[in-house]
Amino acid sequence: MTQAIASPDVSTGSRGSRVLGVATLLGLATLLLFAFGPTEPDIRLHPTTGEEIGQFDAVRLLYLHVPLAVLMYVAFVLCAVASAGYLIRRTPWFDTMAHAAAEVGTVFCGLVLVTGSIWGRPVWNTWWEWGDVRLMTTLVLFLMFTGYLALRRATVDPRTAALRGAIVALVAVLDLPLVNRSVEWWENRTLHQKSTLEELKIQDLTLFTLMLGFLVFGLVLTWLLLHRFRVGWLEREDAEHGIASAIAERRAAIDEGDVDAAVGEGT
Amino acid sequence: MRRFLADARLVAAKDLRIEARSRVVLNQVAPFALLVLVLFGFALDADQRTLRAFAPGLFWVAVLLCALLAVQRSVSVEQADGALTGLRLSGISPAALFIGKAAAVFVQLVVLEVLLTAGIIVLYGSEIEQPLLVVATGLLAAVAVACTGTLYGALASGLGVRETLLPILLLPVLAPVLIGATRAFDDALGNAAVDGWAWLGLLAVFAVVATAGGALAHGALVEE
Repeated sequence: MTQAIASPDVSTGSRGSRVLGVATLLGLATLLLFAFGPTEPDIRLHPTTGEEIGQFDAVRLLYLHVPLAVLMYVAFVLCAVASAGYLIRRTPWFDTMAHAAAEVGTVFCGLVLVTGSIWGRPVWNTWWEWGDVRLMTTLVLFLMFTGYLALRRATVDPRTAALRGAIVALVAVLDLPLVNRSVEWWENRTLHQKSTLEELKIQDLTLFTLMLGFLVFGLVLTWLLLHRFRVGWLEREDAEHGIASAIAERRAAIDEGDVDAAVGEGT
Repeated sequence: MRRFLADARLVAAKDLRIEARSRVVLNQVAPFALLVLVLFGFALDADQRTLRAFAPGLFWVAVLLCALLAVQRSVSVEQADGALTGLRLSGISPAALFIGKAAAVFVQLVVLEVLLTAGIIVLYGSEIEQPLLVVATGLLAAVAVACTGTLYGALASGLGVRETLLPILLLPVLAPVLIGATRAFDDALGNAAVDGWAWLGLLAVFAVVATAGGALAHGALVEE
């Protein structure tokens, strides 16, 4: 492992991740094609006036927003599970995984908020709706994980960062039901559809594209997680390698009888 | 158990004695609390009707801002002269240490809440219609804020950026407390027809979870 760090061509890519990356890019292209091509805009006729109603082209955000939201929860649940795993097992694997999942999850969470806001403008006639349960819960989740990432960044000692990060991540996930409950009681309403799949009377092609969205963004999540995990792992190895080589240097100095260098004076 | 409570009392008494002698919370945080109420007054155009309508929310935002300062203070007294190391070596269990620190913050918060209640009555013209609900909400919310604050104070302690990190970590977690306490006060001050006692239930759940979870997590934190 230490040799891998020393070599200059060390990278987070492997044959598997490259194949995955190409598949992800192709998938994204296919998704775009389907989202803007053969799928129909949401146009319905009003039963009495015969006017054209519906979400029109805005409904195409469905293929982006919904998969992102679902996979954001997958990432945060993964982070919570890995954090709990760290508290039990105390191995770096769990910590690196928790950090990677939190970071990717936060990016997804930010994208969910932005795409939701853009979707809300034409459909709900507002960028932001105070009191919408899912909106507020997602925003609080985003803020809590921003704090988590800030804490990780501010902590120098990796073990302290791992322990404190694990606690913050678990508290954030445990707090979420309370946030959800309080916002629901607070306003007791949501503009979100109960289940998009029923409300929109999704046709076959729309449903297929939505499922394709889940698949493609699942690939994006996996690819990002894989690389973020490897970067985190290399960072940890690098830090350990630095300490190990410093110890080796001092040892060598003692063997040569250079006491000043061994105790760190005059260097 | 008796030992546990005695230890917790010892720690709380220590923190309160430090406060009684240094008077940081009384001389700095309490005036700050009133200042926040005055600033809200300026910001909302000194319209007493508006102020009265929003008094519960403004009250609890002021409490949270003051809680940040009280928690910072509670952490910083342990940072000086390696006081925390001394406490760890004293044989007091981490959970008792946590309860003691949180209890001291709780007492300070209750004093600040009394002051702020007087503030909204005098400055905003609020009237207390259900004194029992006000007291119960004030106490439960103080427990929730003190325990969560003490845990997050410990999480952010020992880092160079504690002052800036603590608010972003703590405030989002306290969102349910802010909503719950504000709605309960809405009822207690006769501002809105909501069931304040139901909201009190939410605060109670939060307070219990924060106390138990904080005591557990503090054990893991102190052993590091």
